[in-house]
Amino acid sequence: MIQLKSVRKEYRLGKNKVQALSNINLEIPDGDFVSVVGSSGCGKSTLLLAMGGMLTPTEGEVRVNGQSLYDLSAENRARVRREQFGFVFQTFNLIPYLTARENIEVPLFLEGVSEKEQKQRTEVLLERLDLSERMDHKPFEMSVGQQQRVALARMLANDPKTILADEPTANLDPETAETVMGFLKDLNREGRTVVLVTHSPEAAKLARRVVRLKEGRLASDGLTESN
Amino acid sequence: MKTSDLVYREIFERKSQLATAFLSVLLGVAVVVAVRTVLFYSEKAVARELDALGANILILPKSSNLQDYYSADLQEETFPEDYVARLLKSDLKGLDNISPKVSAPITLRGRRFTLTGIYPKDEFKAKASWQSAGVFGRPEGCGVVVNVDDPNMKKFDRAVKRKVIETLEKTEALLGSEVALFLKTKAGEPLRLFDRDFKVVAVLPATGTIDDSRVFIHLHVAQELMNRKGVLNAIEIVGCCSSINAGLVGKINKLLPDAKVVTITQIVDTQIKTNRLMAGLSWLTLVVIVLLGGAGIANYTVANVTERTREIGTLMAMGAGRKVILRLFLLKALLIGLAGGVCGSILGSIVAMVFGPGIAGSGVLPMPGLCLLATALGIAVSLAASYLPAYRAARMDPSTALREL
Repeated sequence: MIQLKSVRKEYRLGKNKVQALSNINLEIPDGDFVSVVGSSGCGKSTLLLAMGGMLTPTEGEVRVNGQSLYDLSAENRARVRREQFGFVFQTFNLIPYLTARENIEVPLFLEGVSEKEQKQRTEVLLERLDLSERMDHKPFEMSVGQQQRVALARMLANDPKTILADEPTANLDPETAETVMGFLKDLNREGRTVVLVTHSPEAAKLARRVVRLKEGRLASDGLTESN
Repeated sequence: MKTSDLVYREIFERKSQLATAFLSVLLGVAVVVAVRTVLFYSEKAVARELDALGANILILPKSSNLQDYYSADLQEETFPEDYVARLLKSDLKGLDNISPKVSAPITLRGRRFTLTGIYPKDEFKAKASWQSAGVFGRPEGCGVVVNVDDPNMKKFDRAVKRKVIETLEKTEALLGSEVALFLKTKAGEPLRLFDRDFKVVAVLPATGTIDDSRVFIHLHVAQELMNRKGVLNAIEIVGCCSSINAGLVGKINKLLPDAKVVTITQIVDTQIKTNRLMAGLSWLTLVVIVLLGGAGIANYTVANVTERTREIGTLMAMGAGRKVILRLFLLKALLIGLAGGVCGSILGSIVAMVFGPGIAGSGVLPMPGLCLLATALGIAVSLAASYLPAYRAARMDPSTALREL
């Protein structure tokens, strides 16, 4: 369960203050699939990062399984991220000098998994995402779709309970985007919580619930038509 | 995957950028190794040159003065030979050479010269410029107490560190260059002194000093001929100049209160100034490596952190803590320092061996101990210069690092 209580985030840009999030109250139960939508700059990514322990709110509280995330030390917050969350980024954020296999091994290494087990688990993930042929290729040697699949495999390496995806289909062609969304849906069916930030109405519809932000405020929160 | 794999992969992916940092350490270490190696051998060469100037401490009879010494007019004043034994038995540090002497005027074919009795090895150790005579070897370094091998000096045996074989036989003589020229005498020819026959074993090279007009024979033979058994006119000492600085003269004065102990200030000052210059140059090279290497490494690490900001953010999103990020950059700094240090040491040693002999005036060999120290210094500078940018990277706000906002 992820809970946001009266979360406010303010940025300072020179002398100006920008209100990115304002009085956000939100509860995401385990196993939910939530789309966060809204126009550019409305605070979607800020909300996602705050949920994932990546961005300290100016005010308010973020709780994960009852534990206040920002009351933890930086090292303990990193541990929660490692054990609890899997991030997917719009630009994939693969480490450019590592191969597909090595990129997937990074979270396992951070978790302290032995090299032998890293190899075994990576091979399973590469096979699951149909990337076995590309395991020794670096990101620039792969197509955009393949890169996003490597990013998904990396995200899954530590078997996260919650997936935080920031516009994962924005840079993809419709066919690949559909595959990625189908994959996220499958992961949700497995019992993982998925929070998806998206501009795409089609992608948003795949979620069980849609949260709409407007100028940093929660404009609406409801179930999608299919639910 | 492990920390070192991540570091290696990144290093080999961005070799060209790394080259600047590597070169900074390499050049810094090479400069230190080359300069220090050449300086070391220069110091030895300079020490030899300074030794060639002769003794820097004189022990004279209380009523004598330096003018008497230089004019070799010491026949009137004497002190007991036992002073030598007192010096050898003392625990005084920094006595590189002790050379007891007795002198008296001698007339040869109508011209006045000086007959000087010496303990052979001692005299030659004190005069490096006499080395070409090929009679005796010469010790190096401070605190080497000389030995004598003479039945009359057995009492000193316990005080000396090792036995010396070479002696000047009691029928042998050494001629100063001026004496040899005047007498037209060469090595191997006979010489008659005080109605006694001697064999000239060597003619000493010209030194431009009073020594050129001396005839050297064994101390005890000279004492016998001069009828001055058991007494000396002077003891010449080559003192280690750092020991002189540390009060060696005062200590000798205390040991021999009835003698006059004189420092030849010009020689000592030159030694001290030279040592100070060498030490100054050493510090300068250290500053060079710290500034040159440190600035290069710091600049590289700052640029590397900036370039990898998003990567740092991604690692943080995957759960990397501050320690992991810090370790990534510091391990890299350590590898750069190690590689730069090892290569710099090799380059510095080669440069010193190629160009050193021309500068130092003597052969130059690699110094493994110095290379190890310089490599350690390269690593330390690399780590220190990288620490702040690495620390800042580790303390970076994860969301800022991601630049997703």
